Amino acid sequence: MSLQVNDLRVYYRTLAGDVRALDGVTFSIAEGEIMGLAGESGCGKSTLGKALTHFDSRMRYVGGDVVLDDEPLPIMDSDAMDEFRFWSVSIIPQYAMSAMNPTRKIGKMIADLLESRGEDAAAMRPEIERRIELVGLQRDVLDRYPIELSGGMKQRVVMVIATLLNPSLLIADEITSALDVSTQKAVAETLIEFRDRQLVRTMIVITHDMSILAQVADTITVMYAGKLAEKAATDVIIGAPKHPYTRLLISSLPEVGVRYADKRLTGIPGNPPQLLDPPLGCRFQARCPLADAQCREEPPFVEVEPAHFVACWKVS
Amino acid sequence: MRQYFARKLAIYLVTFFVAVTIDWMIPRFMPGDPVQGMVSRMSLEPEAANRMMGFFLGAFGLDKPIWEQYLNFWVALAHGDLGISVWQFPTPVLNIILSAVPYTLALLIPAILLSWVAGNQFGAWVARRKRLDNTVLPVGYILTATPYMWLGILIAWGLGSVLRVLPLSGAFNYSMSPTLTWEFFLSVYTHWLMPFLSLFLVMFGGWAIGMRNMIIYELESDYAHWLEALGAPQSLVRRYAFRNAVLPQVTGLALSLGVVVAGALVTEVVFSYPGLGYLVLQAIQNEDYFLLQGIFLFVIIGVLVANFLIDIAYVVVDPRTRVGMQGRA
Repeated sequence: MSLQVNDLRVYYRTLAGDVRALDGVTFSIAEGEIMGLAGESGCGKSTLGKALTHFDSRMRYVGGDVVLDDEPLPIMDSDAMDEFRFWSVSIIPQYAMSAMNPTRKIGKMIADLLESRGEDAAAMRPEIERRIELVGLQRDVLDRYPIELSGGMKQRVVMVIATLLNPSLLIADEITSALDVSTQKAVAETLIEFRDRQLVRTMIVITHDMSILAQVADTITVMYAGKLAEKAATDVIIGAPKHPYTRLLISSLPEVGVRYADKRLTGIPGNPPQLLDPPLGCRFQARCPLADAQCREEPPFVEVEPAHFVACWKVS
Repeated sequence: MRQYFARKLAIYLVTFFVAVTIDWMIPRFMPGDPVQGMVSRMSLEPEAANRMMGFFLGAFGLDKPIWEQYLNFWVALAHGDLGISVWQFPTPVLNIILSAVPYTLALLIPAILLSWVAGNQFGAWVARRKRLDNTVLPVGYILTATPYMWLGILIAWGLGSVLRVLPLSGAFNYSMSPTLTWEFFLSVYTHWLMPFLSLFLVMFGGWAIGMRNMIIYELESDYAHWLEALGAPQSLVRRYAFRNAVLPQVTGLALSLGVVVAGALVTEVVFSYPGLGYLVLQAIQNEDYFLLQGIFLFVIIGVLVANFLIDIAYVVVDPRTRVGMQGRA
């Protein structure tokens, strides 16, 4: 097991009280696995990504532990985390378009960053150039400023920087949402290439776009309102989901070959619950067609079939 | 690049033309007649007074139609002739101004530059350090909200009147005449210190607050967060934040130059420091149009030149302006 997350709880501090963005999340990722993390806005998927790398000022660690390559990851202690950041854990942020310092040439910024981490930037220059070419860019982008690059180019440069020290775990947060469809595909293929060349050992790909996950992910984890709903291999989640939320989510996606003039696409009625004061028990109960009295109690996230985890009383 | 500077230069020339025209208009459309005042101070017989009036009007060129006066003004300006002072008749205005300019520059340039550098460093250092932010920053707010002359009076009272460590007025001891001796330089320095301090402190507070706010903004920006997520030390993050936060401060420096000149005016008056500001007061009190006009002209030129220099500096420090100029983005 490459990454193990056990009962992780991270809340957001607000004036009105704690918002339970991550409320008891448990999962593991195998060596070489690309795990897709899907869910709608506000379900906590980006919070999970940030919790594993760098807490923002409003996030508060409440409980749980993380083990990466048999070593505990001190996510609650930002100073201790510095030893792991970039070398073991790295992130491609949601805001890749503005992730680079606008007033520094890209190559110089990379050198500054590497040197601040005690690496020999000059010695790594050929490797940086090789990887820039690997993602299909000219090496002269290193002598340019970020504003001189297009969105897709910036996204790829950020991917190269994030993976420069061959981290064990890479978190890719919404890396395709700002790109057009053809660039999305190129970026998705780059992710797989990074893994196949062992530049990155395991990945968490956070997105709300199931079609991207179908292309890149080995397994998909579905989150709902701060908790995990289901985790299984990609084809199982797409083809035979068990959790009622996943089923509704998948059925609301358009399918190739179906004419929606004849059959109307349906969404999921209702809205996710407030995480400031979430309801007891299953958080999907208010929107779930199968909900009954038992759902007032919290369903455990259990393995119903080999490598297929579901948190629902109605499955199993 | 050349096109950019050509355009900038054209804008500055138009600004110069308009500003100088207004400068020419102001004294002429102001109430009061300086020649009449001068003649009446001589308390002559009416006949002689009329003759004197005619002489002075001719000497100053005020007997011609207004449009001719305006044209003559530009012609004279092109020859570096700013006219003759009414107050210190018949000294040329240019000579009076040139003798005051060194004092103003010696006061303003160190005060502006040192307060800018020190304020930026200090503001960046205070930002995000909670205890300092809560204790030192309010001092910055008080300083920057203080009118220049009021702080000047406070300093003059404290250091000059109560403690008696520094002299209260003038540019050097009134009993001395300028010589190249240590004694004279020391006198110049001690007289310079208080007006300098009062200008420096007020500006320092403003820069420190501006910088602190900009640094906090930069530290919350995406690139800073990503660097932190990649484990970059605070020294690198702050170095980048400082460099980017300084850019608006450079613009602020350009914008504040005009205001600073006005600040120097009241400060010079408070300390009777013989710079341009003190001269403005003299010119107004003596209804000396030509002198006033000449001083304003110097201020206009000073502000425009300083702004042009800052435009150039901006191109050097911010790559984004360079990209805009080359027309690719």
